[in-house]
Amino acid sequence: MSLELRGITKSFGALVANDSIDLRVERGEIHAILGENGAGKSTLMNIVYGLLKADAGEIYVNDTLQEINEPSDALAAGIGMVHQHFMLVPVFTVAENIILGHEKSKRNGTLDLDQIRADIKRVSDEFGFEVNPDDLVENLPVGVQQRVEIIRALIYDAQVLILDEPTAVLTPQETDELLKIMQKLADKGTSIIFITHKLREVKIVADKITIIRRGKVVGTAQPSASQEELASLMVGRHVVLNPDKAAHPIGEVVLSVKDLAIKDHFGRTIVKNVSFDVKAGEVLAIAGVQGNGQSELAQAMINLEEFVEGSIKLGDDEIVGKSVKRALDDGIAFVPESRELDGLISTFSIAENLILDRHDGAPYAKGINLNPKVVKEQAQEDTKLFDVRFQSVDDPISSLSGGNKQKVVLARELSRPVRLIVASQPTRGLDVGSIEFVHERILAERDMGRAVLLFSTELDEVLALADRVAVMYRGEILAIVPSTVTPQELGLLMAGVVHA
Amino acid sequence: MRKPLLRSFSLRALILPALAFALSMFFGGLLIALSDSNVLHKASHPIAFIKAAGASAGNAYLALFQGAIFDPGLAKPHQWYLAFGPLSESLVGAAPLILAGLSVALAFRAGLFNIGAQGQFIFGAMAASYVGFHFHMPIGIHLVVAALAGTLLGSIWGGMVGLLKARTGAHEVIVTIMLNYIALYFLQWILGTTTFLIPGRNDPIAPPVLQSARLPLLAGSNFRLNAGILVAFAVAVFVWWLLNRTTIGFKFRAAGANTFASKTAGISVPFVMTSAMAVAGALAGLAGAVHVLGDNFQLTSGVAGNFGFDAITVALLGRAKPLGTVLASLLFGALGAGAAAMQAKTNTPIDIVLVIQALVVLFIAAPDVVKSIFRLKSLKTAGGLVSKGWNG
Repeated sequence: MSLELRGITKSFGALVANDSIDLRVERGEIHAILGENGAGKSTLMNIVYGLLKADAGEIYVNDTLQEINEPSDALAAGIGMVHQHFMLVPVFTVAENIILGHEKSKRNGTLDLDQIRADIKRVSDEFGFEVNPDDLVENLPVGVQQRVEIIRALIYDAQVLILDEPTAVLTPQETDELLKIMQKLADKGTSIIFITHKLREVKIVADKITIIRRGKVVGTAQPSASQEELASLMVGRHVVLNPDKAAHPIGEVVLSVKDLAIKDHFGRTIVKNVSFDVKAGEVLAIAGVQGNGQSELAQAMINLEEFVEGSIKLGDDEIVGKSVKRALDDGIAFVPESRELDGLISTFSIAENLILDRHDGAPYAKGINLNPKVVKEQAQEDTKLFDVRFQSVDDPISSLSGGNKQKVVLARELSRPVRLIVASQPTRGLDVGSIEFVHERILAERDMGRAVLLFSTELDEVLALADRVAVMYRGEILAIVPSTVTPQELGLLMAGVVHA
Repeated sequence: MRKPLLRSFSLRALILPALAFALSMFFGGLLIALSDSNVLHKASHPIAFIKAAGASAGNAYLALFQGAIFDPGLAKPHQWYLAFGPLSESLVGAAPLILAGLSVALAFRAGLFNIGAQGQFIFGAMAASYVGFHFHMPIGIHLVVAALAGTLLGSIWGGMVGLLKARTGAHEVIVTIMLNYIALYFLQWILGTTTFLIPGRNDPIAPPVLQSARLPLLAGSNFRLNAGILVAFAVAVFVWWLLNRTTIGFKFRAAGANTFASKTAGISVPFVMTSAMAVAGALAGLAGAVHVLGDNFQLTSGVAGNFGFDAITVALLGRAKPLGTVLASLLFGALGAGAAAMQAKTNTPIDIVLVIQALVVLFIAAPDVVKSIFRLKSLKTAGGLVSKGWNG
């Protein structure tokens, strides 16, 4: 089935989210739509799926004009969508989730799941999904939950499948599996619209690439285009994806972790036998698949974990057992994994968020009296230095984009004297421009002689920034390797495979 | 961050409470009319019925207004100002409510749900009463010592809750509810001991607070209006300053808005829990002291009335902001004072006022109802406070 969009236009107030967009997807084609956050990708797809109504423009399915006013129209026309945030009921089984909205009863009035079980098994076997219809969704890994969504679309005869940022929530392994599944689907005739801002994935899987910037189609590209070319089209200016990592003299040991073990509240061991050093002017990246103890290890660096054994030394100071405040004051900058939850207070203003950790002393306060004027002035200065875009420092932080929020976190953590920077997933969910900024900033800090401990699940990021890479697997450090390691080797280590 | 006191409570923020109040008055009026037998007798004549209903509700509300603000019937020759007596009564009732409301509001801002204002109020009243009747001190000093005693005891009673939560994780809602009972029964017990009995009598009423410890009257002996209302206003400004202009308030607000980010930034959450509850307890304790030293003078087992629970309502209504809490308390003080007059003059049950109060809260808690009735699509409302607190 082919899908064609002609002149799709949609505005929200003064903002034109889609400006006469044309797009054609052929049968069995994987068509990547590439664009930064806020470029209008999701709006476009919500129009195609009937969640939003376009101001102007037409949608053609198999070259006939199709009215799509709500999702049921889209489904009837054979268009299915897998949303970024899954639309599944966690306490239902896979079969129950898939039958939801299409329930059939048996003669005795109970829900008839037999047919749907058979359908799930058929689709699952055909594409190698390995999904059991009777598993509870809440017990399934994110990658499998996503397959449930895909199965649902296929069972209800979707011939055009829209995948909205499908890899944002996946581990590298799950991502690879999804890409394989996409290829299989396309081979069997399903057309796929793949919305993403991840260049590597686009190059692997896409047949055709359309790039959207500020609501307009700014170009199409072949998968053979280089990542730099694609990124530059996306952002609208030249982008450096692999920042220059000049050789740099490495200094003394700044952070020394020895025999560290971390337990959770239930007494389960999350991290064990972890030892490593980070030197001044060096980036040590802790790579690994999400959930192998990196989050806890990162938190332990400033004493946010309760049950820690072993030693973490910053210079000569022991960190374990001190308060969070002491750890920060000793010279650790901490960029938490979750900006929204741990890094910022969404109802606070930009200026207030900039002093979360430093409101106590000079120059912001005298005794217990806060000095709003100084707080504001300093905020103006810090935000300028870190290129935060905003209207007023009094605006709530929630009015900023993800990239600008992260810049606020960086501005707060890096504009005080620090020796060590602990950055956990510092570019998660950011657009290309912001990723570039964060990467340059981290390397700049390294070049200034600070030690950087980077936690990342993104292979590209690890390889672009690290001087050495430690791979975590099931709470332990499997190996520490130089950054000349190939992505393939790193991927194997992350999966727990050690070379003989 | 740098908003002056008045501007931080913008006019827009007042639209919703004002509309909610108007709606509540409307439904309250319907209720008054429909509970009036004179109105119901005319049900067969639509026009007469509507007229009678309007008159019934109108008279009741006129009486309510006269009982709360201004009643020309009270004026005497050459003493026209006596007509303002009801206003004085409203303010007398509002003063402790403002203080107790600030207690709940401050705890809210620190992410704690202080159901315990009632118990803290009782201990504040108890301490102020004892110091007020037992000791002899110079005028002025006696008042200050009595008020401080109440503040201190309230602070201990509240701070305990925060300490328990910080140390053991005991939830403040359950702890404060239990402490309310303990405070009430402790008060009933202690009123029967010789310490609190008036010599020669055995009814559970404490001796009156000495003149030297009473809050001075503000408008002469014709009115009961006392300095308590000024204390309440001053404390409201203090709470605003504490929350918005100090490092302690910054920590309170930060921990209240996001515990995780606060911990990550090195703010001690146990410190916030303990100190916020201690300050909240102090405010409710002071409320009790002001009530005893300015209005009640003699401690009884019913001294706290419903202050501690109305405090939750006014804090909610005022969106946990000091100025909002003050305005809501003034409204409730007026409704409370007017209710008695309404019942006396028009036979309208006093419960109607409770219904109106409840409706105001209901409409504030469900802003979408008000917005859809008045078609205010664009009016932005802050998220509800009610949903917070349980998981804090």
